[in-house]
Amino acid sequence: MTKSKLANQSFEPIMQIDNIVKEFSGVRVLHKVTIDIFPGEVLGVLGENGAGKSTLLKILSGIYQKTSGSIRFAGQDVSIDNPASAKALGISMIPQEFNLINTLNVFENIFLGNERSNGLFLDKKAMRAKTLGLLAELKTELNPDALISTLSVAQKQMVEIAKALVSDVKVLIMDEPTTVLTNHEVEIFFALVERLKARGVTLVFISHKLKEVKYICDRLVILRDGYLVSIDEVDDIDEADMARKMVGRELNQIYPKKVFGSDEPVLKVSNLNIKGLLKNINFELKKGEILGFAGLIGAGRTETAEAVMGLRKKDSGEVQVNGKAVTIGSVADAVACNMAYLSEDRQGKGLVMNFDIIKNISLISLAKYVKGLIRARAEKKQAQHYVKLFDIKAASINSELMNLSGGNQQKVYLAKWMDTEPEILILDEPTRGIDVNTKKEIYHFINQLTHKGMSVIVISSELEELIGLASRVLVMREGEIVGELEGDDINDREIMYYAAGLK
Amino acid sequence: MSEQTKIIMVSPQSPMARLARFPWVTYAPLIALIILLVASGLASEHFLIPRNLTNVLRQVSYTGIIALGMTFVIIAGGIDLSVGSMVALVGVLCIMLLNWLGDGWFAVMLAIAAAVTMGAALGAINGLIITRGKVASFIATLATMSILRSLTLYVSDAGEVVSENNSFPEVGGGYWLGIPVPVWVFACLALICHVLLKHTAYGRHVCAVGSNATVASYSAIKVRWVYFTTFVIAGVMVGISAVMLSSRLNSVSPGDAGLFYELDAIAAVVIGGTALAGGRGTIWGTVIGVIILGIINNMLNLLGVSAYLQGTVKGLVILIAVLAQFKGDR
Repeated sequence: MTKSKLANQSFEPIMQIDNIVKEFSGVRVLHKVTIDIFPGEVLGVLGENGAGKSTLLKILSGIYQKTSGSIRFAGQDVSIDNPASAKALGISMIPQEFNLINTLNVFENIFLGNERSNGLFLDKKAMRAKTLGLLAELKTELNPDALISTLSVAQKQMVEIAKALVSDVKVLIMDEPTTVLTNHEVEIFFALVERLKARGVTLVFISHKLKEVKYICDRLVILRDGYLVSIDEVDDIDEADMARKMVGRELNQIYPKKVFGSDEPVLKVSNLNIKGLLKNINFELKKGEILGFAGLIGAGRTETAEAVMGLRKKDSGEVQVNGKAVTIGSVADAVACNMAYLSEDRQGKGLVMNFDIIKNISLISLAKYVKGLIRARAEKKQAQHYVKLFDIKAASINSELMNLSGGNQQKVYLAKWMDTEPEILILDEPTRGIDVNTKKEIYHFINQLTHKGMSVIVISSELEELIGLASRVLVMREGEIVGELEGDDINDREIMYYAAGLK
Repeated sequence: MSEQTKIIMVSPQSPMARLARFPWVTYAPLIALIILLVASGLASEHFLIPRNLTNVLRQVSYTGIIALGMTFVIIAGGIDLSVGSMVALVGVLCIMLLNWLGDGWFAVMLAIAAAVTMGAALGAINGLIITRGKVASFIATLATMSILRSLTLYVSDAGEVVSENNSFPEVGGGYWLGIPVPVWVFACLALICHVLLKHTAYGRHVCAVGSNATVASYSAIKVRWVYFTTFVIAGVMVGISAVMLSSRLNSVSPGDAGLFYELDAIAAVVIGGTALAGGRGTIWGTVIGVIILGIINNMLNLLGVSAYLQGTVKGLVILIAVLAQFKGDR
């Protein structure tokens, strides 16, 4: 790749981000971040999940409002209050989930909200012609009249990019543009980036794939826990450095002493396959251990857990619990096998937000409290037990879950599954969006459970969490288990190497 | 202070604070009913006469029974537009069966059992189309609403179907302890439904499914089964209502029996504070909603307001109820 960055730096920065702070209900997620972005460069933004990458880019594109700090665009102080004002400046963001309307065709989407008309009617001819021109410039063969629903993911991305170009974009922000693409599509995407650069467009993008970032970017911004760690020329940093800078801090006592399980397997999964998602998954969970699942988003970790729990149809695969082959076709079957699964999507899949604490905790285990009718007193007593055990903070035990903080919601979620008295506990991103103190509480609680003989799987995108908790870590990539790490091998470098496909 | 009291937030116990914490939205239907009763008593001297009151209750009991079933459907996140047509079809078939069976109480009992079974079966058909065929409940029941009404007209040749059984009118026209039988039936069913919704695992599951079906399925709840059964409950209620209505009149006119009952039932459920989006609601709220609608109708009659304007008032009441609910949600 040609590095025209020296030439670039002689220009004035197109965008100056100065001391940006962002708080969500009092919790600071971005701490005085200052970055200059130069015209025509490709700027990569790296960081662990929760480091503040998406938040930063959403502020730049007007989706979020900054709490304090200033943004200058082409030398002018600007306030970016909404996506429309960002667009007016020439800043566009392509989100991970595309904003395309499936029932409209390519050119209609490209001109959505920006339609050309000749007096009274839409000037379809002009829009179609302009679309053809843009697509030709992007060197893509796409029919302007093709329906979005018939396009591949990569083609949809082309449409998004064309949509940004039609509104004369100067800075194009992309959130993990390559995660959804196949290898071949990624190559096409890289070529496209070159063409956009040639057009003078500045690109800012988030990626988790270090190799890719190294290949395509001019400079790299690394964020961690909402702080700017470094801005490096891409030539001055290698992948190992990136991984280290992303993870950063020393591990401290927020993690309890590690436990090591016995040799006795409680859960054995063999030859699990789901077409297009999972390839030949084999693993064992040993009694009393904490087994970590690492990997990038979309590597198939959640899908593995859901398949094991009967939430997804398996194409093939065998599950053994305590040495006995079991058929799990529904969550109810999994519960009967003493298995529990806390989804990463606490609010969307885990808790009934307009139920109170009591009703959420007893939702799965309700049969325990029923003698003809629900024995409300027994149900409440048990909920009070968990409130005390987990130190759940709420106005009252009858508070609806939507009024609890994320950490307390997570504790209720844990209580809900603990009430089914599981032996195997699968935790998917158990501390996502949770403050460090509650994290610590949850870690120690997980640890206590294993002392009582429970076996735990932790799926996490926070390397630090896996390194601190797990006695064994399986790394997944693109639907396969690609590595197993134990002891001192469980470190961020090893995990990242496997996860990013360097090993 | 013990550990358990830690979760109780310490808050100022001033009267104002208590007033602010009072769950106004929850009790809004009850408060509205009390205000309406007082206002009606003041506005018309005929209103508080026992005979007028029992009349109001009887008039609302037919749609009231249906509204009980509708409450389950709506809480689970659905809607059933076919109940009005279903009342007519079940009513017509019930009387036709009765006339075929002949006179006497045995025939009446058999016909009632058949009517309830038919209601359940029709509800099950709705439920199957919706859960197995994955059709939105609004569309599915819009279709069955049309189908059932047309079948009613077809089997009856669009003519009034009159019962020849001498005992039948005593079912819906009878009194017990001075109160009409349909009112007793409505009250008993309301109690049963309340217990079912509030105090059984099934009721809990209905609320969970309506609030978030994904969470429910991740919580080992048989979402489709629960959703399906709410339509069966609605059908059973329709069957019972059809028996009450047809026995009271001793006949069913296939064209207008049950006309717009679905709208009255939905209105009552919404006025009673059940969220149209599903997930929360109460039976007692629905009962109050039913009575509020009945009193408003009654008062408009007593006060001599044009019958043409009654729909306007009903519409405004529904709007106010929904606006109040919406405010509570924010």
